[in-house]
Amino acid sequence: MTNRTLRGKVAVVGVGETTYHKRGGSDDPEFVLALKAILAASEDAGIEPREIDGFASFSNDRSDPSRLSAALGMDELKFANMQWGGGGGGGSGAVANAAAAIATGVADCVVVFRALAQGQFARFGQGPKSSGVSGDGAYTIPYGMMSPAQMFAMRCTRHLHETGVTRDTYKAVSLATYEHAQNNPRAVMHGRPLSPEKYDGARWIVEPYQLYDCCMENDGAAAMVLVSAEKAKDMKQKPAYLLGATAGSEYRNAAPCHNAPLYATSSFTSLAPRLYEMAGVEPQDIDVLQSYENFTGGVVMSIIEHGFCSHDEANEFIRYDNLLAATGKLPLNTSGGNLAECYMHGLELIVEAVRQIRGESPNQVVNANVSMVTSGPMVTPVSNCIFGSQETL
Amino acid sequence: MSQQKMPNQTPYLPEGLPAPMPSRDGLDTPYWEGLKNEKLMIQRCNVCQNWQWGPEWICHACHSFDLGWGEVKGEGVIYSWERSWHPVHPALQERGPYIVVLVELPEVGNIRMVGNLLGDPQQDIVIGSAVKVVFEHHPDAKVPFTLAQWQIT
Ligand SMILES: [Zn+2]
Repeated sequence: MTNRTLRGKVAVVGVGETTYHKRGGSDDPEFVLALKAILAASEDAGIEPREIDGFASFSNDRSDPSRLSAALGMDELKFANMQWGGGGGGGSGAVANAAAAIATGVADCVVVFRALAQGQFARFGQGPKSSGVSGDGAYTIPYGMMSPAQMFAMRCTRHLHETGVTRDTYKAVSLATYEHAQNNPRAVMHGRPLSPEKYDGARWIVEPYQLYDCCMENDGAAAMVLVSAEKAKDMKQKPAYLLGATAGSEYRNAAPCHNAPLYATSSFTSLAPRLYEMAGVEPQDIDVLQSYENFTGGVVMSIIEHGFCSHDEANEFIRYDNLLAATGKLPLNTSGGNLAECYMHGLELIVEAVRQIRGESPNQVVNANVSMVTSGPMVTPVSNCIFGSQETL
Repeated sequence: MSQQKMPNQTPYLPEGLPAPMPSRDGLDTPYWEGLKNEKLMIQRCNVCQNWQWGPEWICHACHSFDLGWGEVKGEGVIYSWERSWHPVHPALQERGPYIVVLVELPEVGNIRMVGNLLGDPQQDIVIGSAVKVVFEHHPDAKVPFTLAQWQIT
């Protein structure tokens, strides 16, 4: 193994979330949501907020680290980091950045956070209201192609065509994710189960996505505290050690106007082997997976690109019961994820991955020692990470 | 939808969507000017002859900044497609479904272009079908422009 690795050097020692609301449901301004999540994560970790000395976020978060630092009375700010790129592709990347800072001595106690009050700012699911558009948008928006669903549906149609994977896999992802939310009182869709009939009967958003293939839009915030592995040993919570994390995308993934050479991917084909190499594990070692659902089709591609099954095996492998925490070979999105818990740009998925290591998930997988996250399929950069328990070190 | 049999005269989508404007830095002006004159112009490297789309300031194959434009016939095949139902813009509230296609142009190194597939929005769509460019003029827009659309051949 190479010496240049994050494996085992950093751990998540605290997690915190605000109440999760429907879009527009938060009375708190977005910055207050960020503060509340950070305070909750600090309390969970058993640290004073002033001990935090760095922040990492993603997707152009509006809560500025210097303002947070002043507001919280932090002794010193040593690291203020933002992963480039919109959407949720930077979630695990922010964890990687924070961990790299700690592992190299740049900072000692870094908080990864994301705060999102969609009710207070522009919605994601609608196009621009301007009268004109130039640049890359000029090649798609005048044709009525302007929402994230429309950007990614084009990739998924091609993927289904090239591989023979069917939309039944999309349905399995959606149903399993909603089922997990029914055991999670924090989930926005708790108490609102999804049946196969309800899934099938829902309206088309853009083919091949129906309503329940699409993530929600929410208000809330989530945060997690990272420190060195040495320090983590003596802290309040069972540490979730970072075994590996990568971010990026394939050759010319961002070629303008849908010209990526490897078009029918979720952008993970080059990352997945690097992640497994750093973490020193293989797909069969993964006990539980949190896979970012902007749209179910992206989850299906992510599962395949991370080697849990081949394209040929996907229709058999990506089945409802095989994705459940109780019965599945690949328990998926065990808190309800972006579809049914909360769309916190996927940071809630990383919090859930940590909970699985701590044994605190609402759908706990027995003896979960290796817990994986894939962040933001089909965008660039995407990212992924793997956490392990003490036993995996 | 019968008027869409004459795509040159009636825009496929209602007016009111954001209109395309050339980039302020001039990167893609030849493309938008070409469309107004019913010419489909694609960026091409003057050094290594590589076709590239969308336009960029540098050739990704040889790193030359010496880029030109070549006129192409506009004959392609459907590479992927989507039928959009949920209105993503106020101008589309009453529109019902419409089709966006990703068209591959074998004559220029399989670069891909996005456009609408003209005709019945409920038509069956087969990946690999041959299509031809149709120039859709918007002369009454505040700043007139033309879109490249696609039609099954
Ligand atoms: Zn060149």
